[in-house]
Amino acid sequence: MRELEYPFNSEYILKRAKSIKKALLADNSPRIQKKIAVLGGSTTHDIVKVLELFLLHYGIEPSFYESEYAQYWQDAMFDNTELQEFVPDIIYIHTSNRNLQEYPELSDSAEMVSALLDKNYRHYEVMWNKLQERYQCPIIQNNFEYPFYRLLGNKEVTDIHGRISFLNRLNERFYQYAREHNHFYINDINYLSSCYGLDKWADPFYWYMYKYALCLQAIPDLSFNIANIIKSIYGKNKKALVLDLDNTLWGGVVGDDGAENLEIGQETSMGQVYAEFQEYLKRQKDIGIMLNVSSKNEEENAMAGLMHPDGTLKPEDFVLIKANWEPKSKNVAEIASELNIMQDSLVFVDDNPAEREIVRSSLAGVSVPEIEGPEQYIRLLDHSGFFEVTSLSEDDRQRSEMYKANLERKKEQESFGSYEDYLYSLHMKGTIRAFEPLYMARIAQLTNKSNQFNLTTRRYTQAEIEQLAADASYVTLYGKLEDKFGDNGVVSVLIGHKEGSLLHMDLWLMSCRVLKRDMEYAMLDTLVHTCIKAGIKEIKGYYYPTAKNKMVEDFYGLMGFTLEKTDEDGSTVWYYKVEADYTNKNKVIKVVEA
Amino acid sequence: MTREAAYEKLNEVFRDVFDDEEIAVNDSTTSNDIADWDSLEHINLIAAVEQEFGMKFSMGQVVAMKNVGEMMDIILSQIS
Repeated sequence: MRELEYPFNSEYILKRAKSIKKALLADNSPRIQKKIAVLGGSTTHDIVKVLELFLLHYGIEPSFYESEYAQYWQDAMFDNTELQEFVPDIIYIHTSNRNLQEYPELSDSAEMVSALLDKNYRHYEVMWNKLQERYQCPIIQNNFEYPFYRLLGNKEVTDIHGRISFLNRLNERFYQYAREHNHFYINDINYLSSCYGLDKWADPFYWYMYKYALCLQAIPDLSFNIANIIKSIYGKNKKALVLDLDNTLWGGVVGDDGAENLEIGQETSMGQVYAEFQEYLKRQKDIGIMLNVSSKNEEENAMAGLMHPDGTLKPEDFVLIKANWEPKSKNVAEIASELNIMQDSLVFVDDNPAEREIVRSSLAGVSVPEIEGPEQYIRLLDHSGFFEVTSLSEDDRQRSEMYKANLERKKEQESFGSYEDYLYSLHMKGTIRAFEPLYMARIAQLTNKSNQFNLTTRRYTQAEIEQLAADASYVTLYGKLEDKFGDNGVVSVLIGHKEGSLLHMDLWLMSCRVLKRDMEYAMLDTLVHTCIKAGIKEIKGYYYPTAKNKMVEDFYGLMGFTLEKTDEDGSTVWYYKVEADYTNKNKVIKVVEA
Repeated sequence: MTREAAYEKLNEVFRDVFDDEEIAVNDSTTSNDIADWDSLEHINLIAAVEQEFGMKFSMGQVVAMKNVGEMMDIILSQIS
């Protein structure tokens, strides 16, 4: 819904929250359901109300537990049947500097200030540990925003008695905890309040009238920020950018002006604006966002522009470059299919409103930010939260290279007599083992991101993954695939739970980037060997249809399972008997097992 | 702006905030007359009124306000 895309009109959202919610629910689109506990140190009513809108917009249907006014600590620390029965998927702790009771006195010694810092920190740390132990779910915690006044003026930030100094040190302790705990995320209200304007954000009117720690009009900014963290945890980030060239990546039209006359680089102020934008995009690539081009240009002109010596982005930074005269909607759709990702994983960036409208109206799900004024491009893209980072794996950093290697493989494939010859020529090496600590983040990420080659579409948090990896009643396998073009990283995940000598497959997924490489057979081989060793005699496979996983509806059939049951909704149950004299189905991948 | 014209705008605000097209407020309307008008919705109402009329209530005014008529008096005194 356009009304909920950055930059949104906060007043409108607050005023029309009820009718926006109705409209969102009326579209009947599939949404994952998540239970969110909001533990507040101040009023949270409208925060929850607006958070619900942003989550619905992101394809997440939340239900909420909301603590009584300012009961965040009590709710977390003491027996709480209601919260326990609620079984939260995520806990959000909304505290602010209004919740700090004790600040340093001017007469305090340095040791006393440190002791007070420690005391304030422990108050939170024991709570997080308690929540982690009891609920084992991700925790989102506000850091502290600055106070709206400075008793010591500028010295407030350096003097150990200054509240700003104190809050900075306390925040740093929070960040340290976040660095050491994987399922703990900071909601950076210190940054949000500075973007918003601290004087407005902290308007005491809202504190004394309604016990809101921020002004009402800032609530959509806050809720949007929380929603971005949550959708990122559940793998709903965007994956790729599709960028226009002329007047988007540089000033001018390369076909008319010639590459040498483009505005890019340090010569002109406009050139500097585009140079900074290119640098920003290059850094997006470094965190795993795939860059692509869709431009109405002759290819040779597009390339000449991208080879401009003062530009940061070079042709090799892009996975796909479509420079032609076809409608952009066609190019964008092709990019999605060639990258093997869903259309709703794309963000289309173009300075031309007409092109934006064509893409927006013909390709559902593609995000099309209203960019205006090149000097605003970075802020608009950045604050849209498309690529909110909650975990950063080695795979993310290598992603563009991996996809490019894939395109190389495709080219090579065309020169072989048979497909099997081609597969042999890849010299594939697979590592298939039970879950290992090094890969927990990537495994959790895959369970949340994979939609197409995913039999049950069950989502797991990293905490859950770690838990069942340590549980002897589960069989877990991850598969990693390398070949002569590079390392694909972890691409397949299997989870099953034992019931006597029977194994129920809770999850079987594979990344589409390794389709048709026989990796699924290699996974089956290792699964069967694992079962034989563990004394498992039978396996049951389950397929639950979704809007996106039709490609695997007959997967278990292909793997040699027999169909046992078909439900009205298309769900199927499959049966497989484990034989001791099993012959491996995979021949082309050299597999290293445990 | 006349009181009548201001009431027309104010009615729109009430209808938006409480998502109810039937609402019609007058000088004597209070929170008891509108089902969803509780202390939590009050804040949204105040903010929406401020936005619609381009004015701001002080804390003292919000605390003292007894009915919609008094709200209207403040609005008119600030925008004229």
